[in-house]
Amino acid sequence: MDMLFRGRRPAVAVPGAGTHPARGEPTESDPRDELFMTETSPERAETAPDPERVLAEMTDVLENDPDRGLERVRKALSAEVERALGSIGSETPDFEALKAVRLRFTGEKSPISLVNRQMRALSKEHKKEIGKVLGQARGRLTQALEARNAELEAEHAQRILVEETVDVTASAGRRGIGGRHPVNTLQERAADVFVAMGWEVEDGPEVESEWYNFDSLNFKPDHPARELQDTFFLEPVGAHTVLRTHTSPVQMRSLHRRRLPLYVVCPGRVYRTDELDATHTPVFHQIEGLAVDRGLTMADLKGTLEHFARQMFGPEAMIRLRPNFFPFTEPSAEMDVWHPGAKGGPQWIEWGGCGMVHPNVLRAAGVDPETHSGFAFGMGIDRTLMFRNGVPDMHDMVEGDIRFSEHFGMEI
Amino acid sequence: MRIPLSWLREYAPLPAGASAEYLMETLVRVGLEEEAVHRPSEEITGPVVVGQVLTAEPETHSNGKTVNWCTVRVVPEGQPQTLTGEGIEPSGVQGIICGAHNFGPGDKVVVSLPGAVLPGGFAISARKTYGHTSAGMIASVRELGIGDDHDGILVLSSLGLDPEVGADALPLLGLDDEAAEINVTPDRGYAFSMRGVAREYCHAVDAEFTDPAAALAERAPADNGEGYVVAIRDERPIHDKRGASRFVARSVLDIDPGRPTPVWMASRLRLAGIRPISLPVDISNYVMLELGQPLHFYDAEKIHGPIEVRRAEAGETLETLDGKSRELDPEDLVIADSEGPVGLAGVMGGASTEVTGATRHLLVEAARFEEVSIARTRRRHRLPSEASKRFERGVDPEVAPAAAQRAVELLVELAGGTADEGVTDVRDRRYPHEIAMSVHYPSARIGLEFTEAQVERALTEVGCTLARSGEILQVTVPSWRPDLVEKEDLTEEVARLVGYENIPSRLPVPPAGRGLTVEQAARRRVLDALAAAGMTEVISYPFVTQEENRLFGTDDAEQPVRSLKLANPISEASGYLQRSLLPGLVQVLRRNHSRGFRDLALFETGNVFLPGEQSGTSTIPPVGAKPAQGILDELNAGLPEQPRHLAAILTGHDAQPAPGVVPRAYDWQDALDAARIAAEAIGVGLTVRQGRHQAFHPGRTAELHDDAGHLVGYAGELHPQVLKDLDLPERTVAMELSFTGLVQGAGEPVTARPISGYPATTQDVALIVAEDLPAAELLATLREGAGELLEDVRVFDDYRGAGIEEGRKSIACAMRFRAPDRTLTNDEASGYREAAIDLARSRHDAVLRG
Repeated sequence: MDMLFRGRRPAVAVPGAGTHPARGEPTESDPRDELFMTETSPERAETAPDPERVLAEMTDVLENDPDRGLERVRKALSAEVERALGSIGSETPDFEALKAVRLRFTGEKSPISLVNRQMRALSKEHKKEIGKVLGQARGRLTQALEARNAELEAEHAQRILVEETVDVTASAGRRGIGGRHPVNTLQERAADVFVAMGWEVEDGPEVESEWYNFDSLNFKPDHPARELQDTFFLEPVGAHTVLRTHTSPVQMRSLHRRRLPLYVVCPGRVYRTDELDATHTPVFHQIEGLAVDRGLTMADLKGTLEHFARQMFGPEAMIRLRPNFFPFTEPSAEMDVWHPGAKGGPQWIEWGGCGMVHPNVLRAAGVDPETHSGFAFGMGIDRTLMFRNGVPDMHDMVEGDIRFSEHFGMEI
Repeated sequence: MRIPLSWLREYAPLPAGASAEYLMETLVRVGLEEEAVHRPSEEITGPVVVGQVLTAEPETHSNGKTVNWCTVRVVPEGQPQTLTGEGIEPSGVQGIICGAHNFGPGDKVVVSLPGAVLPGGFAISARKTYGHTSAGMIASVRELGIGDDHDGILVLSSLGLDPEVGADALPLLGLDDEAAEINVTPDRGYAFSMRGVAREYCHAVDAEFTDPAAALAERAPADNGEGYVVAIRDERPIHDKRGASRFVARSVLDIDPGRPTPVWMASRLRLAGIRPISLPVDISNYVMLELGQPLHFYDAEKIHGPIEVRRAEAGETLETLDGKSRELDPEDLVIADSEGPVGLAGVMGGASTEVTGATRHLLVEAARFEEVSIARTRRRHRLPSEASKRFERGVDPEVAPAAAQRAVELLVELAGGTADEGVTDVRDRRYPHEIAMSVHYPSARIGLEFTEAQVERALTEVGCTLARSGEILQVTVPSWRPDLVEKEDLTEEVARLVGYENIPSRLPVPPAGRGLTVEQAARRRVLDALAAAGMTEVISYPFVTQEENRLFGTDDAEQPVRSLKLANPISEASGYLQRSLLPGLVQVLRRNHSRGFRDLALFETGNVFLPGEQSGTSTIPPVGAKPAQGILDELNAGLPEQPRHLAAILTGHDAQPAPGVVPRAYDWQDALDAARIAAEAIGVGLTVRQGRHQAFHPGRTAELHDDAGHLVGYAGELHPQVLKDLDLPERTVAMELSFTGLVQGAGEPVTARPISGYPATTQDVALIVAEDLPAAELLATLREGAGELLEDVRVFDDYRGAGIEEGRKSIACAMRFRAPDRTLTNDEASGYREAAIDLARSRHDAVLRG
């Protein structure tokens, strides 16, 4: 903590500040005080010769003052060290200044270097004495310089981090995620609910034979129900090829392709000759479910739909069946879902059609309606998305405006 | 179907004060879905009362117009006016300016008093006009919303009314009635009548139903051989059914052509959505709505000789009531007299025998025509009518005599006619349909334990007659329910009468499933990967022009392009099915661009349609039986190939400028990347070759091949001319591949490769080769020459220009070597590098760049 605290100080050292950054809080025995006292002590100033001169003329001092010479040199050296430490502490705001201070106190012309150079000329005894003191002085100096250098480096590193500060709130994202079309995401989610129960997903062709789209599903030729579907026919007329009007032909194809029991859902694109408006589009999507097994009943249908509804609309969702007519189911029902999260409050919403598979459909599939029964259901994906996710207008669904898909992202 | 409540009340116990909403809520329980409410009283508010004109003084004004200054008594003489309000005279006599002249003092009229609002938001107030204060309005039928005639005001005596002065005029005119509109499903033709809806209402509220046809049928006289001569002679039956199975004919003589339609009848017809026309026509419509039996009235004096119900002969024509002359088809069922067709049976009558204001004697037809025959004629002549709607869904063959009787009675009562004694009732056959069903069957199919009593009661209520032997019910279905054919149909009747809300819930347990198929799982992964890579999935319509298919839907523009054409497209121009997803994406891109989005990366998956030799089949197998495999194969052979495609289109930049973000313009590599991401998401390797496609830039097109070498698609920059023609931003890039093709290579288990922990040695090499040598080919050679210790090699520079001779280029590659079992020395690696260079030298005439 202490290091961190000091690290946050202003990068430029304040000369003459009462603390020595390299040493922490000042202590009573701080040698600088002694030096300060020494230098400013009036009685000493008179008697004490300039330590620099003492050092520069060390040989003479020693020779001329055999009694106090050694002591004077020792003191001068000590004073020199204190002076240097003072400078290191107060005159080195940056690397440049530190370099200058280093040169001044350890360079060739520094008093200490001068002392060193005079060593050869000293007596053996002096050499030993002065050598010891000189080594200590140099040691203290080097240590102080290195400490200050490390300190400056730490300050520098700290400053760079500060300087490198960016405004992270300015980023709008460089690599944005795109978006899936929610109609497709919803188809996948719906299919997942059934796959989790062991059902399977089946696909089928969009350009379909009229037999698969209508006749196999018990739409009799000339029956009004066939016209309600607003079918796109393909040329040549009379070739009995249509754009499938519902995903139900996939039921028949699955029954032909697969063995019983069969539990499948068929999501996909379907077509009707409706003009595009706020609630209609000629191209839309359905998900169809079909189960054929022994002993299936309308209760199984209702249970399945309820499970599906709860997965799509939350645990409070419910299913209500109302009698209706579809050629391919008997009994048939219109299903409403209780949508707890509906816009404008919880309510019943018409969701799709369902019923027990009509015996003629089973016969067309080669299944004996006496031994097997089945149920089927279908709902519009686009419509479900509209009321589940509050899509106000069918145009949004089909125009491909990127804002629509991107708003949903990968979720619905 | 609209149900006026006053009418339904005659046959069903509607509670007092019942609303149209209540009726709809009730009927929906038995399967008649709600559509709308029709309530004329919502259109008229405030005081609209009966008034008697006291004086009417014509005044001619300076504008040349003559108006009547009238005084009208609006409260009974001697009684005080109880209404108050601005402009309402306490004396009970209003002064009103009226522009019409078809009335005089003494006439009773409808007066809208100040404060009233008439249909269309027409507010009445006292105002100064022509020098008087006109305080109210004497109303015309048009102003009241009950007719089109606005030349004259409504004189109540013309409707046969003589109400008390001051009475509320709305109930008088039936304007206080309301109707519930319901949707009748195609199987329930009988519910296109008050009779049928009344029965359904009784089912819904569990009330006793009395069939209004029963009493009429009892009164209706049987064929006595003295009626009009009618013969059913159908030599071209459809599906072995003759076009008519019953024909009742009655005559009514000497009707009074001047009699008006009574107000109650006119107002009910109007509420039911049928415009009143004349008394006889109104009676025929009224009986149809009431009993579900369409009727036709002929002017008896215009029919010549006996009537025959037959198919039209080739070349015959008929002028129908709408004034159009129609060429008849030999399949059309007609009513003919000795001179030829006089009506399209069950669809529309002929002009030559039309009932007019001068008609005195009527011939009433109540017939049962077959569903399919009527449906075809209606479609052929585009003549939907109230009659054809009912016949197509099946009319009760037993109701014809009752309906004829009802019509005759009304014509006698209201039009002053005399019923002729002669009665004709020709019938082709009866329809007793029987279904044998175990009494337990409905429970087994519904999953709800019905008691035997519940089953029997429900079936009896819908009109079935039951005979029981042991467990088996022998059910004879009622004549008005041709939709009851099988046990399942009876099961639905039981379930809906007991109530669908009683069905319990049970979750069935399927056998263990396979999960998603490889293709289905792959599709999701690819789409998710592209979205995660920053692209946006869109959906567009698959309808395109033939030109779009020619440009994008083939890679061989020289050959004619086969496209599927819609017979009834939404837009004639875009009448073809897509062979490529790009036309749709182009449109979506343009739309977004025009909405201000400049940086776009869009993708779509969908089917394309590639027709083969055979299109469709000339016949289709019948309903209710599994066709032989050969026939199914034939059906499938008639369908086009419909592979799933994946396409992407990109324009603009990969990002918007921002601090620290330098947007990069999308180029051909982004299109290629989209394809790669898709392939890699499902573990398929894509091989890229220099390619050509007329929609793409000739020098910037990649041909995409899968691991097995099959061409799966294209990626690159779109052709500048194409971009110009399509009004797309410059440098727009795109890719399209066959997802169906791509996924063929997916789903195989991946075998792991050993990962060597020894250090790699990297060596670069720059080779000068011919400019047209694809980099991919050079890399393949280097790989082959360097041997198996080459872990990776990639191009890091492509240089042409100074220092390299014309027609050549320098390709710089980084080669990374690594051994599985030791540290490779530089010398060793250099040896492999040399080997690679040697092979490139001999194969591509490559020269090491110094």
